[in-house]
Amino acid sequence: MTVSYDNSKTIFEGIKAAGITSISALPETWLGLLLQRAEDDPDMQLIQVAKEEEAVGIAAGAYFAGEPHILLMQNHGMFGALNGIVSLAQLYGIPLCMLIAVRGHWGEPYPWHTRGGIVTEGILQALSIPFEHARDPEKVGKQIQEAWTFSQSSLSPVALLLTRDLMED
Amino acid sequence: MERAQCIAMLYPELEDKLVVTIMGASAQELYDLGHRENFFYLQHAMGLASSIGLGLALHLPEEQVIVLDGDGSVLMNLGGLATLARYRPKNLLHIIFDNGSLLSTGGFDSHTTAGITDLAAIARGAGIEHVAAVDSPMDFGEAAVEALERDDLSVIVAKVKAVGPDNYGMDLALPENAFRFKRCVQERKAAR
Ligand SMILES: Cc1ncc(C[n+]2csc(CCOP(=O)(O)OP(=O)(O)O)c2C)c(N)n1
Repeated sequence: MTVSYDNSKTIFEGIKAAGITSISALPETWLGLLLQRAEDDPDMQLIQVAKEEEAVGIAAGAYFAGEPHILLMQNHGMFGALNGIVSLAQLYGIPLCMLIAVRGHWGEPYPWHTRGGIVTEGILQALSIPFEHARDPEKVGKQIQEAWTFSQSSLSPVALLLTRDLMED
Repeated sequence: MERAQCIAMLYPELEDKLVVTIMGASAQELYDLGHRENFFYLQHAMGLASSIGLGLALHLPEEQVIVLDGDGSVLMNLGGLATLARYRPKNLLHIIFDNGSLLSTGGFDSHTTAGITDLAAIARGAGIEHVAAVDSPMDFGEAAVEALERDDLSVIVAKVKAVGPDNYGMDLALPENAFRFKRCVQERKAAR
């Protein structure tokens, strides 16, 4: 398995095209090339957190500040951020545009990812967090734009799930 | 020293800052002095007040941001102290009122009770250079003045008694607080 260089570039270009200028993130393998681009871009502010729940707080601060901001994490990171998502974002009506690498799904070779992958969609549904899968590099740019737009209009968390089809070559 | 005393000392300074508080007693004590549009009360998600402060401070370099936090809340987001240290916003003052107690939920001892866990040492160890530990109103006032003049990330750990307000209640729905706080931030931005 190698992480897709081309698609990481396409996703980053989609983030830029959506007008995003700030990202909070916790690195993981699929997000590595993407985060490298964010770090190298002088017009992008990258805030690396120690645990994903912090990113929910930072995103709220960025929202109050009027700064277009997204969160990048893996699904297991979202699990660790749940109280923030529910008791800050949903409780107060604060938008969160989350790009989530879904590990542990179809084709997953690593046992440690599997439980998280199996429960991810159920958790999103239980929390009424709208989500879509991003599988096609031709479409992901538009999907990022749409996720951003919907988070802002609904004042709600939304999740774009970055899949194996998109993230691996 | 009581937290309400410290917040009252700070109150006149807060008018031109952006203020984020934790839930319960801290929020109520600030609110009872008189709500202002530049106050945001995080009434539930423990630990994230400092992360909201970081998000505000990094994206609004021309504002001064003050976070009023508690020991129980900080213990839920110790990693956040390291994130503050790494990005070191000059315009952020993080005040931790350490009452050694989970006061707002019935007053159970927290890990800082009787000096078992030292939050100032943790903040220093996280990499924050300017950390003051104070236990008298005079020292609190001095530390706050220094921090506000410093132009660097500062943490104050204020040892306070585990006491809070007698009555709770705010005439402010939670989303209303968020909407109005955002509007206030945007109006201040536009006025610059
Ligand atoms: C995740 C979570 N667990 C437990 C609670 C219950 N709870 C409400 S207030 C509180 C204590 C807060 O302690 P601290 O931050 O020290 O502030 P204090 O109330 O002492 O002022 C707790 C544990 C909660 N709100 N959220």
